[in-house]
Amino acid sequence: MLNVKTERTINFSDEQEQLLEIATNFCREKSEIAQVRSLLNDEKGFAPQIWLEMAELGWMGVAIPEEFGGSGLGLGEVVALVEPMGRALFTSPFITTTLAAQALLAGGTQSQQARWLPRICKGAVLSLALSELHGDWDLSNLTATALEKNGQLELSGTKTFVSYAPDAQALIVSVSLNGAPALVLVDAEALPEGALVRETNVDETQRTYRVVLDGLRVPSDALLNSGDIVPVLNQIHLAANLLSAAELSGGIGGVLEYTLDYLRTRKQFDRLIGSYQSLKHTMTDILLGYEATRSHLYYAAGCFGADAEGEIALRMAKAQASETLAYAADRAIQFHGGFGFTYDCDAQLYRRRAIWGASFHGDAPFHRQKLGDLLL
Amino acid sequence: MELTEQDRNDFRAEVRLWFKENTPEDPGFVLPQTFMEVGTDQQFEFLRNWQRKVYEAGYLGMAWPVEYGGGGKPQVLQDIVTEEMIRAKTPLIMNTIGLNWAGPLILAKGSEAQKKAYIKNILTAEDIWCQGFSEPDNGSDLGNAQLKAERDGDEYVLNGSKIWTTHGSYAKYMILLARTNPQANNKYEGLSFFLSPMQVEGIKTVPIKKLTGEYGFTQTFFDDARIPADCIMGSEGEGWKMAMLTLTFERGAAGGQAGGVAILYASVQEVVDMAKKVQRNGRPAVEDPVLRDQLVRLLMDEKALSLGGIRAGMAPLDSERPLALPLSEKLQGSELQRRLADVAVQLQGANMAYYMGDSEAAENGRWQRSYFNAFSATIGGGTSQIQKNIIGERVLGLPKA
Repeated sequence: MLNVKTERTINFSDEQEQLLEIATNFCREKSEIAQVRSLLNDEKGFAPQIWLEMAELGWMGVAIPEEFGGSGLGLGEVVALVEPMGRALFTSPFITTTLAAQALLAGGTQSQQARWLPRICKGAVLSLALSELHGDWDLSNLTATALEKNGQLELSGTKTFVSYAPDAQALIVSVSLNGAPALVLVDAEALPEGALVRETNVDETQRTYRVVLDGLRVPSDALLNSGDIVPVLNQIHLAANLLSAAELSGGIGGVLEYTLDYLRTRKQFDRLIGSYQSLKHTMTDILLGYEATRSHLYYAAGCFGADAEGEIALRMAKAQASETLAYAADRAIQFHGGFGFTYDCDAQLYRRRAIWGASFHGDAPFHRQKLGDLLL
Repeated sequence: MELTEQDRNDFRAEVRLWFKENTPEDPGFVLPQTFMEVGTDQQFEFLRNWQRKVYEAGYLGMAWPVEYGGGGKPQVLQDIVTEEMIRAKTPLIMNTIGLNWAGPLILAKGSEAQKKAYIKNILTAEDIWCQGFSEPDNGSDLGNAQLKAERDGDEYVLNGSKIWTTHGSYAKYMILLARTNPQANNKYEGLSFFLSPMQVEGIKTVPIKKLTGEYGFTQTFFDDARIPADCIMGSEGEGWKMAMLTLTFERGAAGGQAGGVAILYASVQEVVDMAKKVQRNGRPAVEDPVLRDQLVRLLMDEKALSLGGIRAGMAPLDSERPLALPLSEKLQGSELQRRLADVAVQLQGANMAYYMGDSEAAENGRWQRSYFNAFSATIGGGTSQIQKNIIGERVLGLPKA
């Protein structure tokens, strides 16, 4: 059979190549499994000194224009950083901060951009408060509200899954204002006492919080651009899914290797269990899912934001990554047998990550449904 | 020769025009979708003429050496031609066992005399080639092939049988895996590889009726057939090595093929188009949410497959397991075609029960036929299950059973 190349290609830049290599080494070194596990019970859930090293490497500014202190590349380059993080189960406020920066670039006022983007480049954590208790992935489905009163905005309602909220210097909060979606930039100092409630997240490497907005007042210039904010929400949704796909893709690589190590060394009935076809063929299916994921992912990274094709590509990447990691980690638990049922087996870490990833801006069926609308 | 993007674009335009002007009209009879389906003399003659015409235009074997009849040009030009053939929906190039399996093998491992004798006529379709690997009792376990080749003076004497011989009744030559030493240390070392003539006393081909009801393969019987001793490729005992190399060409895991489209793959879009026309509960079937999910999965898999072909050449994205994509292409491509045809059949509702020959069968029963024929690729060239063993062992490093 012939290897016929299509006309549309994967754009993989020299910068992506370098970042992929640097991040792979960085995460391998800074996020050994013992470190990952020691952070599970840590209140912060990440190591602040490593976060500062990342800032010094310029990672938070990769997709921020040079005028704000960034390197002016795109989210495609950020993908090359996030995939290795996912592989090493390395967690930090990187994704939420990067997405907050993208939200500011897409919809922030000039003064908001000038105030926050340079700080992000230097290591300030920002976070997004978009989800609500109804669990709908439609970011325009809002019950939290803002009321304009005496030149101030009075917020009420509850936001969910706000990552690393206590470390964030500011939150970007979605609310309904006069019946339309709006984004509000909330300085952390303005949050009332007790506004942050730590959530028990299935993925113990994550730190997420409910944010109770009741009683919160911010100046009206805290609003992001007052025009139609729906396109900005849509852009955040797409960017979030691209980075989520990258993180999940890395997870597949990690759990695949973890399971293979076991199948290549564990013996039963005097045979290495990896020699049994029911396991071997399943691992091959997982590998093929991983390869498909990476093809979709780096294609999506190369055409992010370009046109409708960019959206199709990243939804395919997220759908494939999400489903493949869930399957790979589910089988990893099973193939480790009795050990797989224990907390000590790392398979559960990846399975929990897969659930978190699916919950994050849409699971595989959700994206396939969107793809149906785009393609059929 | 360094080609600029402009050079490539100019060449593509030239090729596109040529195929536009030269692609034959519908001949009025059903043409095969794959090279394995050539089942009538009418189909055979039509496709042989088409291959000759493409070769004479300079669009086949473009990257093969000039001294043996090739074009001596960069591979990328041949790839462009093959892409344009797909775009123009031309008939397929039928002598693929010669062009894409035996040819690259002969160029890589053959003697000067063998290259001079065989390569040009493979390109012109003057000599049709077939493959004698599988036997009635040895399919997946190819290393256990039992057809005997005994040296007798300047000849080998062949006895036994080969099966699933595509183009068996049209072929002038066969790439043949035979047992020259039944007493070898192991089954593999007893094998040798031959470029065997087919028009020899004692070789007989019998057509096999396929599951579709059509013909397209033969069983080949060898009864004291004598072939010249210099038909051997390499030396005695090197048969397994040659067979494995042939399979890497066959599965597309190594380059060097003459090119030309050998299988007309159905695209998912064709099924999507059908889903917009057929009805469910009085509405277009494409509105059904379950079907939509199925179609999107197929579109994703099709896209991943074509992207995989691109990524396979990109070292930084491919360094961890460089064999993963090349070794999985045949498995993924053939399984996708089977699933796609399956969905296309079911999509027809009550009419899925029509078969080719019925005047009401959708597209003359194309999808029913494609579904059944799809198994030729999921079984032939190493079944999908064997492919998974190979990938599990060679790519993932899992132990053999």
